[in-house]
Amino acid sequence: MLQIECPWCGPRDQSEFSCGGEAHISRPLEPDALDDIEWADYLFFRKNPCGRHYEQWCHIFGCRRWFNAIRDTVTYKFIAYYEMGANPPELD
Amino acid sequence: MKKKYSIFSIARNALTSHANWQAAWRSSDPKKAYDVIIIGGGGHGLATAYYLAKTFGISNVAVLEKGWIGGGNTGRNTTIVRSNYLWDESARIYEKSLKLWESLSQDINYNVMFSQRGVLNLGHTLQDMRDIERRSNANYLNGIDSEVLTTADVARLVPILDTSPDARYPILGASLQKRGGVARHDAVAWGFARAADQLGVDIIQNCEVTGIQRNEGRVSGVYTSRGTINASNVGIVTAGHSSTVAEMAGLRLPVESHPLQALVSEPLKPILHTVVMSNAVHGYISQSDKGELVIGAGVDSYVGYGQRGSFSIIEGNLSAIVELFPAFSRVRMLRQWGGIVDVCPDACPIIGETDVRGLYINCGWGTGGFKATPGSGWVFAHTIATGQPHALNAPFSIKRFNTGALIDEHGAAGVAH
Ligand SMILES: Cc1cc2nc3c(=O)[nH]c(=O)nc-3n(C[C@H](O)[C@H](O)[C@H](O)COP(=O)(O)OP(=O)(O)OC[C@H]3O[C@@H](n4cnc5c(N)ncnc54)[C@H](O)[C@@H]3O)c2cc1C
Ligand SMILES: [Zn+2]
Repeated sequence: MLQIECPWCGPRDQSEFSCGGEAHISRPLEPDALDDIEWADYLFFRKNPCGRHYEQWCHIFGCRRWFNAIRDTVTYKFIAYYEMGANPPELD
Repeated sequence: MKKKYSIFSIARNALTSHANWQAAWRSSDPKKAYDVIIIGGGGHGLATAYYLAKTFGISNVAVLEKGWIGGGNTGRNTTIVRSNYLWDESARIYEKSLKLWESLSQDINYNVMFSQRGVLNLGHTLQDMRDIERRSNANYLNGIDSEVLTTADVARLVPILDTSPDARYPILGASLQKRGGVARHDAVAWGFARAADQLGVDIIQNCEVTGIQRNEGRVSGVYTSRGTINASNVGIVTAGHSSTVAEMAGLRLPVESHPLQALVSEPLKPILHTVVMSNAVHGYISQSDKGELVIGAGVDSYVGYGQRGSFSIIEGNLSAIVELFPAFSRVRMLRQWGGIVDVCPDACPIIGETDVRGLYINCGWGTGGFKATPGSGWVFAHTIATGQPHALNAPFSIKRFNTGALIDEHGAAGVAH
């Protein structure tokens, strides 16, 4: 890992970034309509994959902007970067 | 029957140049079926198998380990053992474990080198000290030994700590649990394996579980790299790999796996006779019997299965250790490594049944499960043997994430152990 490519600032040292965890978890629009199991799933349950992971990162000691990334959790290698709110790029 | 280890067996084997020691456990091939299969040959899995056979009379048990036993977090941790947790639920389970530690070497006839040298938790701010006092009082109410020390007490106990008022991390006091300490981690895996084997448990290494067989909502066996093995009861005890193994049975968990690192120095003469931990600076340190300083760091915040972490974590950790112990500034580090810890949102484990009948899970111990090894094995064995959680682990059901009855141990668990 060591170097991460901020989509806005380019390659920077890993220590400038903070990881915001699993991406694409959206806050339920109608929380009242959820039962306890669905609410727990939103709050606490995670994919935690051994392999490709879709994550949120923030360039916290830089431009302070968020972005999404696809990263391999075994090699720690970044595979792709994409904007918040965007769909992840297709990978083979 | 295995021969008992004793001073006589050491003397006898010394006379024959130690060439005639028996293997500590049989190397078994998997049978077609078992009463219970334990997935994961770490300390927790091996302890579960041992107590299943010893306490609950179920010895037709296999422990399946994808690598070698103790090659996971069991052999990678900084071996701190204590029970001074804040909440009643955790205090009880960790104290059960500490009581088992106190007679473990005799019980399993294997010297796990459990050394009750005391564990200090430093306080650096007023808030730290308030938390320490609150936790010590809670410990008292649960019958767990704990003392609150002043700066002068700390300076007397560990003179090499920088206790001066202008230190980078001023030490305002500490909690001390005298019954806490360290143990030899490999010996814990080997000792439980040997004792379980003696009671008839098969320890099967190089056997990776690749699938979990189910039949009408009930577990019926596992698929492995060495064939299908049947069992109507299966326990998952795979620490960092809990999510991937649980997924084989279609289960989702509230855990995430993070890298956690540790490092050891070159051996020194005895200089640190107790365990010193500081949550605030993400560091904890003790000296091994060989003389190495054993130092633990914090987790990386990203999910990682690579058994290695970021360099910046070690850098931050060591700079804090050097501020606390200026005398260590020129000590050279020998080795550094990482493990994968399975962290729960409330820093407490999950021990109990799952939605699949006969399938049990014990995970989420995160950064601090070594100390729980015997207790965790004992309650998990009870749960599997009786089909019901013991009162000690009932609060740690996975259902707590649905009911909201979380047990928030971030204060006592912290990054440190
Ligand atoms: C650097 C570090 C420092 C730590 N310091 C402390 C400390 O000071 N005090 C403390 O109390 N705790 C500490 N811990 C935490 C502690 O080590 C763990 O909580 C504990 O060891 C977990 O025990 P275990 O036996 O369940 O795990 P492990 O020893 O990791 O056992 C799990 C086993 O499952 C196996 N496995 C995984 N997948 C499969 C599969 N598909 N099939 C078969 N087998 C599989 C693995 O190979 C592994 O051997 C530390 C951890 C680390 C990494
Ligand atoms: Zn940036």
